[in-house]
Parts: sequence; C-alpha cells; structure tokens
Amino acid sequence: MYEFDRQRITKLSGFGMTQSSDAYLYRPTSEDQIRELLSLARQQGRKVTLRGSARSYGDAPNGSESLCIDICRMNRVIDWNPDSGLITCESGATIETLWRTGIEDGWWPPIVSGTMAPTLAGALGMNIHGKNNFKAGPLGNHVTSLDVMWADGRVETLEPSNPLFFAVISGAGLLGVILRVTIKMSKISTGNLRVLAVSPRDWDQQFELFEKYEGDADYMVSWVDCFGRGDQSGRGQFHAGWYLQSDEADYRSLLIDSQDLPDSIMGLVPKSVVWRFLKPLNNRFGMRFLNAAKHHAGAILGNHKTVTQSLVAFSFLLDYVPNWRNAYLPGGFIQYQSFVPKESAKHVFAAQIQLQQEYRLESFLGVMKRHKQDRFLLTNSVDGYSLALDFKVTTGNKNRLISLCHKMNDLVLSHGGRFYLAKDSTLRKQDLEQYLGPALNEFKALKQELDPECLFVTDQARRIGLI
Amino acid sequence: MKAIVIGASSGLGLELAKQLAANKCHVACIARREDRLNELRTQFPEQIRTYKHDVKNYAEVETLFPKICKELDGLDLVIYCAGYMAPVTPNEFSTTKDLEMIDVNLKGAIAWLNEAAIRFQGTRSGTIIAIGSVAGDRGRQAQPAYNTSKAAIATYAESLRNRLSSSGVKVITVKPGPMDTEMTHGLGLSNMMSAKSAANKILGLIGKNGEFYLSPVHKAIFYIIKRIPSPVFRKLKI
Repeated sequence: MYEFDRQRITKLSGFGMTQSSDAYLYRPTSEDQIRELLSLARQQGRKVTLRGSARSYGDAPNGSESLCIDICRMNRVIDWNPDSGLITCESGATIETLWRTGIEDGWWPPIVSGTMAPTLAGALGMNIHGKNNFKAGPLGNHVTSLDVMWADGRVETLEPSNPLFFAVISGAGLLGVILRVTIKMSKISTGNLRVLAVSPRDWDQQFELFEKYEGDADYMVSWVDCFGRGDQSGRGQFHAGWYLQSDEADYRSLLIDSQDLPDSIMGLVPKSVVWRFLKPLNNRFGMRFLNAAKHHAGAILGNHKTVTQSLVAFSFLLDYVPNWRNAYLPGGFIQYQSFVPKESAKHVFAAQIQLQQEYRLESFLGVMKRHKQDRFLLTNSVDGYSLALDFKVTTGNKNRLISLCHKMNDLVLSHGGRFYLAKDSTLRKQDLEQYLGPALNEFKALKQELDPECLFVTDQARRIGLI
Repeated sequence: MKAIVIGASSGLGLELAKQLAANKCHVACIARREDRLNELRTQFPEQIRTYKHDVKNYAEVETLFPKICKELDGLDLVIYCAGYMAPVTPNEFSTTKDLEMIDVNLKGAIAWLNEAAIRFQGTRSGTIIAIGSVAGDRGRQAQPAYNTSKAAIATYAESLRNRLSSSGVKVITVKPGPMDTEMTHGLGLSNMMSAKSAANKILGLIGKNGEFYLSPVHKAIFYIIKRIPSPVFRKLKI
C-alpha cells in the first residue's frame, strides 16, 4: 500500500543534465500499484509524471513537485514467440530486453535508438526512430497492440485500428500509462551488417550519398563536422549498412556473446574511465581538432571502405563509452534536432551551421539522418532529413545558446520543418503551435477527454504548451 | 530561486524576505501575525506567498512543508528566523518564559529544519540557514534560556551540516550580534547593526557552508570571549 512519503523527493533531470526539478519518485512493480499511485496523487492534490530510463535530453522526463511513476522495474518479457517474432513485454522492458530476447532466435528489434537503454514506455511516448527511419518508420509502426491505463484507472487495449493508438504513441506520456506492448521484431539471418563508409567533402556530397543509397540500404547515418567552414561546410563521414544475409542462420554471430560490447579498449583501458580523458578535450578547441582529425582520417584511410560490423556495435554508438555525458559536466548539454523537408534540408542545415559559427557555439557532434512521414499525432516526421546537434551548456554561454536555438527554430519552421520532443530543450509555445497546427488542438481535445483533471504532466509539456 | 523564511513578520526575517523578493526570488513567508504577513504580500504580490503558522505548532509542519514546496514549485533555501527573547530580570527564574524561548528558538527550528533536511537530502541540493547568535557562545548571567537556545541551535545546525555535506547540502549558521529589531527595543543597546544590513550580509553567505559572524569585530571579540576561563568569566559583567 503506497502512502505519501516525503523521503521520496528526488531531483530528476533529463539525459543532458541541464534541466532538473524535484518530484516524489515511486517505482511500482504492478498495474495495481500504478492505479494506487494515481489515486494517491489525486488525494494529495498532486500531478503525476511518467518516467522511463530518462534518455530524453531535456525536461520531458521531469515533473516538478509531482508524483513520478518510474516504470523501469516493470520490465518482464510476458511472451516471446520465436516463430512469429512477436514479443509482448511490460513497458519498462528496454530496447536491450528486445534484442537480447530475440537475437539468438534470429530476430532483431525493428527500430533501435542510439542507446539500448530506453524503456518501451518511454520509446513509444516519444515514438523513437533509428538510422532506418527512411525505410522502417518509427517504433510505433511495429507495435501490434498496447495496453494503456487512463487517468481514471481503466485499462484499454489499443490496436492500430484505433485512432487513440496514434495519439498515445507520440503522446509524450501525457494521455495514459503504457503498461504492456506487443512488437513485431525483424527477421535476420546473421548478427552482422555490411557497413560502407564514405567521407563527403561538403553538403552536396552528403545529400548525394543519402540519395544514392536510400533505395536499398537498411541503415543510413552521417556524421557532420560542424566546424567545417565555407566550401567545407557539411563535410563528415557517411555510413550505410545492409543486413548481412546468409542462406542459413549464422548461429555464431547471433550469440549474445558475439554482440556484447567489450568493456575495455584493446583489452587495456577500461571504458568506464574514458569519459575522464574526453573531458579535457570537450571544448571548442579540442572538439574542432577531434572533428577535423576524424574527417581527415576517414577521408584518407577509410574512404569507400566496407567493413563487417555487429548489429550491436553499429547500432548503439551511445553505449560505446559508458557515462560519456559526464564529459559535459558541470553544465551538461542539450541536443537540438530538427527535421526538414528534403527540398530545403540542404539550405537549412548549411544555414544552421553558419549561424553556430557566427555565434562561436559550434555543435561538438552533428548527426544527419533520412526520414519518411508517419501518421502519429505529435509526429516529428517529414519526408526529408534531420540534423541532430550536441551543444555543451555552461553558465557563460547559456543565454546565447538559447538565442541561437531560437534562431535555428525560426529557420526550420519557415521551411516547414518539425521537432522531436525527446531532444527538445528550447522550443517555445509558438514553435509547437506552428509545426503541429491542428494536430495540437486535436491532442488537447483528447487530453481533455481522457484526462480531464490534467493528472499527467511533465515540465516539458508545461513549457511548450502541450497541456 | 525558491525560499522559505520562517519568522518573516518582523526584524531580520522580514528584511530577509523583502531582500529575497526584491532579487526576484519566490518566497514563502511563515509567521503568526497575519496582518503583518498581508502587508508584506501587498508589497511583493508576485514574489511572496504567506502562511499563518505558530512555530510551536510542530505537528503542523510535516504537512505544511511539502504543501509550501508544491505551491512554490520547488525549493532551494530555508531560513529559520523565528526568535523570541523574553524580558528576564537578573534574579528571575521563570520556567514559563524559559520554555517559551526554547519552544520558539529551538524546537520550532528542529521541526522546520528536519523537514528541510529530508527534502534536501533527497534532492541532493539546497541551502539551510539557521540564525544562531553571539549570545549562544557563552552562558551569560542575563539570559540563561535564550543563550541555551542559541547555543543549541548552533550545535544542531553543525550536526545537520555534518550529516548533509555528503549530499551537497549547505548548512549555514549565522551568529549575529545585537541587531536593531523589536527584540532588542528597550534593552538600551547602542551601535547595533540594522536588520537590513544583517540580512544583506546573510544573503551574501549563500553558497558557503559553515558558521559565520556578521562582522570581523564580532568574530575577534567572540574568539576571545569564548576562551575566557569560566572562573574569570563569572566575575565579569558581560
């Protein structure tokens, strides 16, 4: 039996560690406990914030002074069918649960984020995408059913035939608690990818590569050196990946042991200490050097080379160096990702990079991906491209950084672009209104209908006017 | 910044609340005297919320504290300022008066600062300011219970500081000398520090951790006074 317990107060922040607020943290293990927490919140006159692994960068996983329901302990696999590839899990199960459960039977999650940490509840609340978004869409496209608890405690099973399915997925945890999820996994015959690396010298070459491979690659991603100026703007390193097929299942490569990331570099340096070596380099000069070195090394040594890489090593780049985000301490960092229709993406991205250079606030890491449209209510999708940028936050640069992001927002919006709530820290209410248009009103109407007391809130929803 | 000031209707607490509010801080002001609270709120309607509460009503704090934090939408700073000094004549031993001082100055502080400690231990942040006094540095003839209450609050705050420092919480003990407030009216003291200037100095301590006098002169004088041997001290009329 849950009671209001003052000792549960905890400072919660998003992955970027820039925004935080205090909430009473509860980590239930059953549906009944969640229902109990909803009534406890009501009885205490408090709001409820839903939280998973908190891999959203900004304030989306936070809810000041609310009762925070952390779903992470509800992580059981309820059913796994190795013949059909259908997996049913409690929603606190993670992307990692999915791949570890499926891989030895020849199944891989249809969509993976750059880290395997997100819970399914969080991943669907934000409707995550991966490097195969241009082909496979977001994770929501692969869900066959999900159980949701509404604010009144009722549980309903939603399938893609129900319009609510498309609102709860992408709904940022504001409509109801996702309890259980069934996902169709993707069939693979080996645990490896064939990966091609090419080093584009500018934006034209970047876009040409994406256009060239979008017809048949399974994955595409490109790293962009945001320090590249003038005719070097847009330089970077493009990767395309294809599932390595074989006539018979390649049992060895499908073993979890062949996938697991090593815990040290060349058997010598434990990866857990690597962020400490990154930290002194994590400034404009260090990053200018690292980005340039990476570009030139790629262009000279690795250009047009093809390698075989395990699915885990290719997919989960963010898990490669544990606690790498600590290199951004004490101020943390924000990620800024904008989605721009293909017709104007080149212009917008080039202008974004130029703006950053004018502000002398270049992103230390730029990542470009190809996307297609989907039909989820609060979607970030466009038929176009996205550029994700990591910005270090310090007390000295904070205000200028926000002003830079707002300028970049204006640029994106004037070209019909969109934003992704998991990576948002700087959207303004008017930005959200502009890109969501009537979908925002539709969402608010649903919120009013399903959660009339507005029990579910997040700091982000308050900031950007989702509620 | 979000702050709670307990004992905000007069003297040092009032000044602290005003200065915090003037610095765009959101302040919850706690006091018994409602009329004074209302007056304060009218001065800073955007920044100040008020709560009528008698610090002797310890049982109320457990629910009032989280409620205030909710209404402030967070909490960064708690200042316990409520203080009472009863007029005691040199030969008077009044249990009623003495316990009243212990209730307000010490027990109320423990009730409020324990709540602050629970919260800040959880959020791994925050600043607690306890108002001690130079009067707590020695057991003097004039005010046995007042001296005791202020010595006790300093010891209690030191313990809190030692408990909470590993959680990143700052606990500041301030030891003001005589201040020009309602408490000291009629004591015939001169050269007192104004509450305004004391409040300003206290807010300047935010970010630090430890025990502080408000002037270097006090620091020097009380360095000596604390070291006067007891047999000598009892013969001095200080």
